[in-house]
Amino acid sequence: MTPPVRAAAAGRRSGRMRGLWTAALAAASLALALPAGGAEPERDRLVVSISEPVVRITSTFSGASLVVFGVAEVAGADTAPDAAPPDIVVTVRGPQASYVAWRKSRVAGLWVNSDSRTFLDVPAFLSVQSNRPVEDMASPEVLRTEQIGLSRNVLLQRVGPDFADVVPTDSFRQAFLRIQGSEDLYEENPRGVTFLAPRVFRTEFDIPGRAPIGRYDVSVKLLRNGQVTAQSTEHFEIIKSGFEQNIAIFSQNDALLYGIAVAIGSLIIGFIGNFLFRRE
Amino acid sequence: MTIYLPIAELPVAIFSVFAMGLAVGFISGMFGVGGGFLMTPLLIFTGVPPTVAVASVSPYMAASSFSGALSYLRKGMVDLPLAGVLLIGGLVGTLAGVLLFLWLRIIGQVDLAIRLAYTVLLGTIGTMMLVESVRAIRRTRRGAAPVVRRPGTHAWFMRLPLKMRFRRSRIYVSAIPVVGIGFMIGLLGAVLGVGGGFILVPALIYLLRVPTTTSVGTSLVLTLVTMAAATVLHAEANGTVDAVLAFVLMIGGTMGAQFGARTGQTMRPENLRFLLGLLVLAVGLRVAVDLVRHPSDLYVLTTIEVRR
Repeated sequence: MTPPVRAAAAGRRSGRMRGLWTAALAAASLALALPAGGAEPERDRLVVSISEPVVRITSTFSGASLVVFGVAEVAGADTAPDAAPPDIVVTVRGPQASYVAWRKSRVAGLWVNSDSRTFLDVPAFLSVQSNRPVEDMASPEVLRTEQIGLSRNVLLQRVGPDFADVVPTDSFRQAFLRIQGSEDLYEENPRGVTFLAPRVFRTEFDIPGRAPIGRYDVSVKLLRNGQVTAQSTEHFEIIKSGFEQNIAIFSQNDALLYGIAVAIGSLIIGFIGNFLFRRE
Repeated sequence: MTIYLPIAELPVAIFSVFAMGLAVGFISGMFGVGGGFLMTPLLIFTGVPPTVAVASVSPYMAASSFSGALSYLRKGMVDLPLAGVLLIGGLVGTLAGVLLFLWLRIIGQVDLAIRLAYTVLLGTIGTMMLVESVRAIRRTRRGAAPVVRRPGTHAWFMRLPLKMRFRRSRIYVSAIPVVGIGFMIGLLGAVLGVGGGFILVPALIYLLRVPTTTSVGTSLVLTLVTMAAATVLHAEANGTVDAVLAFVLMIGGTMGAQFGARTGQTMRPENLRFLLGLLVLAVGLRVAVDLVRHPSDLYVLTTIEVRR
């Protein structure tokens, strides 16, 4: 689907559509501006733009959809037309969070939490999009050092007294990825990046409503001939705004007063309810 | 249509939350219980984090119990001295419950403890209520006179020292079992996120021989005080009270409670107790099934901390 059609389909979120067009225009101007720099780039270059630098959470917020546009400048593309085409991997990492994964086992006929594994400061949101399966782009060593792909993203764990990541086939690690995936918090799409023109690419990712607020890093990597030749990191923020923000700030800054206010409010509602429906 | 909950930090369908408030409010109005034992699991099932669910049900129950307590106060069906003595035990029990909850969280068995407690508690109380109410229904069918309260038949725990006279409830009992019951209610409330009305009402009726109507009124006053206190404590200690969630639940709850109370007043008390017994037992069995059945996913994930 082309961007305008996609945008029209998502038209009910007008903010998204506006952001999308801004990004499209930005990308188009980037594409025009780059060659105007004159000389052919000596190294591969990457220019990236995100549709919305700030996602505001209002009371009707139920998730957001963001678009990343970018231009991949390949060195010597004009002089050597048969140069390897660029591969693009976009990784979005949400705020860091810590989790405990529990494994249940049967004890005296009851299913109880028996073993646990702590995941420390891992992304609360993780989305990996690429124009083709990343395994076809580079060797496993390169993919591992560059942390390309869900299974190769470092997830620091506390294993007994040690802190380390474990092998991708570890059952706790797999369960963690599966549960995060079922909540739409972790995803991997090997066809998520599309090239609109030989050098211009775009990708779209959905942030579910339950994703945490905070800073999200968007890391874009350009691979050619199995090596990362250029990379760019942008970021966007998810913040609460308006009423949602006021409530959250009140509850954090004046916790006691907030609690008393909610308690008194509930008594007032109870009183009104009793008064309205009182039978005389 | 969804509404974003600022403290729980997730969107929920506003009408389904409202409907939950309405339905649980109807049940609590009908049976004179707070409804926390239904509401907390329902919210967790909707995806609200358990800590937010437990904390936000507190103001909801404060609102609905205040609404109910006012009606009972006007009719003179509240034993305030009894509520006061229960409250002494209740506050100590709440403190003990918070500490127990902390300890269970450290050893990672909160889930198991909550489920086991629900199963044992709801199973026992539900069965007791069913047996008693079926007997009462049979008696009325046969046309026999209802069992008269015999003041002489006091259980051993009622003859303990520190005797007190509660005029409104027409009982003369030791304060020790009263404080003990209050303690248990406070403990369970803090650990399970329930007001304890569904335990307190039968305890007052069957253990202390308080008349049914007075038990309900007194239980509502106790729920009101403990839940208002719990709201402030949860907000201060954990910051997990979601005002938006509580407000939507309250609106549905106070409306539902009024319709429930009207329906409840048209029914015979023993039939009412039979239905409540059935409901309590059903919830207990539901929890028990989860405990015994092979889980669909052997792994569960809990968030400890999100860095901002």
